[in-house]
Amino acid sequence: MGLFINVTLDGVSNGMIFAALALALVLIFRATKIINFAQGAMAMMTTFLASSLLAQDLGYWWAFVAALAIGFVFGALVERVLIRPLKGKSELNPVVVTIGLLVVLEGMAGAIYGNASRGFPAAYSQSGITIGHSKIAFSHFDVFIVVAVLVLMIAILVLFRATTLGLRMRASAFAGEISRLLGVRVGMLLTLGWALAGVAGSLAGLLVAPTSSFSPYYMDLVLVYAFTAAVIGGLESPVGALIGGVITGLCISYVGGYLGSGLQPLGALVLLMVALMARPEGIFARPPARRV
Amino acid sequence: MTQPGPADHALDNISWLWRLRLPTQPLLRHLIFALCGVGILYLLTSLLSPYNDYEVGEIALYVIALAGLSLLTGMNGQISLGNGAFMAVGAYTMALLMTHTQLNFIVELLAAIGAAAVMGLLIGIPATRLKGPYLAGMTLLFALALPPIADKWSTTFGGDQGLTTTVPNAPGNINPEEWLAWIQIIGALITLVLLANLIQSRFGRSFRAVRDDEIAASLTGIHVARTKVLAFVISAGCAGLAGGFLGLSTGVVNTGEFPLTLSIQLLAAMVLGGTGSLMGMLWGAVLLVYLPQWSTSLSGYFNLGSGASAYLATIIFGAVLIVVMIAAPTGIQGGLRWTWRHISGSMSRPGAVIPPVSELPGGQSPHVPMR
Repeated sequence: MGLFINVTLDGVSNGMIFAALALALVLIFRATKIINFAQGAMAMMTTFLASSLLAQDLGYWWAFVAALAIGFVFGALVERVLIRPLKGKSELNPVVVTIGLLVVLEGMAGAIYGNASRGFPAAYSQSGITIGHSKIAFSHFDVFIVVAVLVLMIAILVLFRATTLGLRMRASAFAGEISRLLGVRVGMLLTLGWALAGVAGSLAGLLVAPTSSFSPYYMDLVLVYAFTAAVIGGLESPVGALIGGVITGLCISYVGGYLGSGLQPLGALVLLMVALMARPEGIFARPPARRV
Repeated sequence: MTQPGPADHALDNISWLWRLRLPTQPLLRHLIFALCGVGILYLLTSLLSPYNDYEVGEIALYVIALAGLSLLTGMNGQISLGNGAFMAVGAYTMALLMTHTQLNFIVELLAAIGAAAVMGLLIGIPATRLKGPYLAGMTLLFALALPPIADKWSTTFGGDQGLTTTVPNAPGNINPEEWLAWIQIIGALITLVLLANLIQSRFGRSFRAVRDDEIAASLTGIHVARTKVLAFVISAGCAGLAGGFLGLSTGVVNTGEFPLTLSIQLLAAMVLGGTGSLMGMLWGAVLLVYLPQWSTSLSGYFNLGSGASAYLATIIFGAVLIVVMIAAPTGIQGGLRWTWRHISGSMSRPGAVIPPVSELPGGQSPHVPMR
């Protein structure tokens, strides 16, 4: 029973991180109908830059904010420079370009920082909270993870649901041509979507780094878990990303806790295949009319 | 129009060379190409040093893997980031059979193809319901999920040391590297002939029809899902054979040989070579084998540290991939084809129309004969 509770708690905190990266994938998919396979590598790069800033004796929170800001700029740059020229071409082209970006970023991080895994500090204590006489597998840092991702999620939801900017973003993603005719700067808003995704991804990178072996490849698996989460959630909805993230996190955690951590990616693959077979559109998306 | 001058007549006299007709029957034509390849490669391998023979063999095995991937992506419009993992399936199957049984070498290779093809069937069936990016994500997860399984059951799969493979003894006094290169070259040529025939057959046409428009294809009576699964299975089978050959080249099969990077490099080499073209896969395979060496000498030239130089190949690969995808999606083979058309076009009789290189994936000519 103790194992079950601890594995569940671990799954929730991991799931929140997957949800943050899944949110990044969702923001981009909503805006440009592209899955950004470089999202994890971009987060890895911003986290490495944060670790460089920390090495310069900058405080943790300054490095934290700087990483998010760099993520914002980075996301916008990638959209403008690499993704915009692919507009109107085959849907396979963006897949290949984002994979290329992933390779370049991991290579650059390897060349600059080396292959070995290093440490990255956590904002709060990582030892489990003691309740009564027993220590549970949920630390102050895990609380911070949950709060930070929820804050991000609520901020994004408020942006989309309650502001004119968000309305315009939804409109330009939903019907680009018509929005443009109505005077919405669609191109600008697509870039903003990528930039916000960069922030969400950076947050995920900062939250994963303390609990994993922090090397240039540490986001590879997180990216595919986040992809699983985003697909379960339907790739269009931020709330879907959150729920998909927690489902994926719990699933991965149970597989790791009871069958061994080596089988976690396989567990995610099975989950993804089941999800795609059962509901290819995801749980939270309306089935789209197939365009002929 | 001006009368052709003497110079034009001179060109006209040469131009029969370009219009020399090969047999129109695909099987015969491909066999002629393959026999030419055998001849050239026989001369090449007997001239080269054993180490170069080893490299020629590696090129051959990557041609097999890339040809399968090119069929899947270029002909059928599906993308796979998991073909490195299918290679692992083939390699482990072959190595396990070599360790535990005394089967014929050919049977072991066929088993490697079969096991990878069955795995391709398992992954391919759910994949039929997926569009491009979803399939890419699922196969990416597959590429990451497979190697840890071999680590988990390390007593069966040999753990970090892996399983050893043995190349069958060479007949006569041929040196082992040349013999291995020959096995791999023959495997590659057989694969290429079979795939080239497949592409020109009814199956190849239905692959392309499904790629271009699934709904239209199903209206003409093509079973879309079955066609997509078939392409996936063939691609996985090719990867399985390539994996078996990779195991023979390295002499050992372990998880370190099949990282995610391998799958990504296959995709990159396919795009650079020219998606959809079989000939282009040769250029892709050459890049896969030689780019690491070129980049090492390049980083030596620029005095980069040993740490950075290891990553230079990766960075160049990724950067070229991005640039090619944005600027020239038909890859090297597309560029060569374009150049060839211009040369042969200017050589042939004046007024001949040069067909433009199309923007279709794989740089297919739009003049596919309809039957």
